[in-house]
Amino acid sequence: MNVAAKKKLKVATTSLAGCFGCHMSFLDIDERLFELVEHVELDRSPLTDIKEVGACDIGIIEGGLCNAENVHVLQTFRRQCKVLIALGACAVNGGLPAQRNHLPLTDILSEVYLSSPGLGNGLIPNDPELPLPLNQVHPIHEVVKVDVFIPGCPPSGDAIWSVLTDLLAGREPRLGHGLIHYD
Amino acid sequence: MSDTFILDGREIPFAPGQTILQAAMAAGVYIPRLCYHPEFKPHGSCKLCTVKVNGRHTASCTYKAAPGLEVESNTEELNAERRTLVQMLFVEGNHFCPSCEKSGDCQLQATAYELGMMSPHFDHFFPDRPVDASHPDLLLDFNRCILCSLCVRASRDVDKKNVFALAGRGIGSHLIVNAASGRLADTNVALEDKAVQVCPVGVILRKRRGFAVPIGQRTYDKAPISGQARTTWQEEG
Repeated sequence: MNVAAKKKLKVATTSLAGCFGCHMSFLDIDERLFELVEHVELDRSPLTDIKEVGACDIGIIEGGLCNAENVHVLQTFRRQCKVLIALGACAVNGGLPAQRNHLPLTDILSEVYLSSPGLGNGLIPNDPELPLPLNQVHPIHEVVKVDVFIPGCPPSGDAIWSVLTDLLAGREPRLGHGLIHYD
Repeated sequence: MSDTFILDGREIPFAPGQTILQAAMAAGVYIPRLCYHPEFKPHGSCKLCTVKVNGRHTASCTYKAAPGLEVESNTEELNAERRTLVQMLFVEGNHFCPSCEKSGDCQLQATAYELGMMSPHFDHFFPDRPVDASHPDLLLDFNRCILCSLCVRASRDVDKKNVFALAGRGIGSHLIVNAASGRLADTNVALEDKAVQVCPVGVILRKRRGFAVPIGQRTYDKAPISGQARTTWQEEG
């Protein structure tokens, strides 16, 4: 009789106020993806198109929080995931979207939708389906407990692989020189 | 036979008048620091170089070496405290490394790497600090200022111009430009000034130079700051 296959870890990923660059970098682990799928099974992720996150071992969050839906998704991930990873500069410190933080939100909306050159009869979108923007963009650790941080814009595939293999092996992740990068 | 003290179990020789930090640097031992520069009088303000001398915390950049001192520096406890100090610097300003042209050459960033800072930990202040782009050849981006005062000291003591100063107190402390308008263009600052060369972060920047060396090929991309204890910026200024 065959030894029962080791249970795979469930992993979910999402991009909040991010650009999907960190997900692209995740794919940069290249052929190591084959090794990864030996050990993990993807739940909600842009790669599976599952819409709701189920109970998971690891949740990977790209991007910070710029609107109410981001906060909702983040809190759901926190409830469902044993280990939550902040992936990339925006999740870690707000990143590029947070560079709007010194501007009043009304000024931004007005500039983008009302006063930009070429806008005739502009209108600030107000469909109830649209999530409301937050006054400021926040990194995710300001809202939920985050267990692991991988800084970088984006973190390299090697850095992501290093953290994932550490976690799979039950080690505390540690990024040394060359893998820890904020840029 | 010169005098020595003990630093993390190692015997460090020193010359009379040297501080603990100076003696450590001369011996090739890295102690984290941001406001210290060998060409200027120690300021003792960033507190990153804090060590324990005979069990008591003190800034190693201002504490004179003495025979037989027992100094601890590279310990888990002190590095955790240094990491917290750096995290507070990161959340107090706006430090967005991906869009900073000093990235890879920045002392603050390199020191944070060295201390293994994985997150800012605290809530961000996101302060509003407009840049001063008035000067034709220099940009001042106050978002990244860590109040090390090196530009203040360089302008006052070397350039004899007093272009920069720290104003305000406590959390209100900030870097100002000594001109009636408050703009750098209205000072006599020059590109050759020492004050323009010493900024450890990305506040005082030469225009049209930003990406002459690509990201990924810069000082601290090649080797960590601890491996450069006696070279690069410290010596070149």
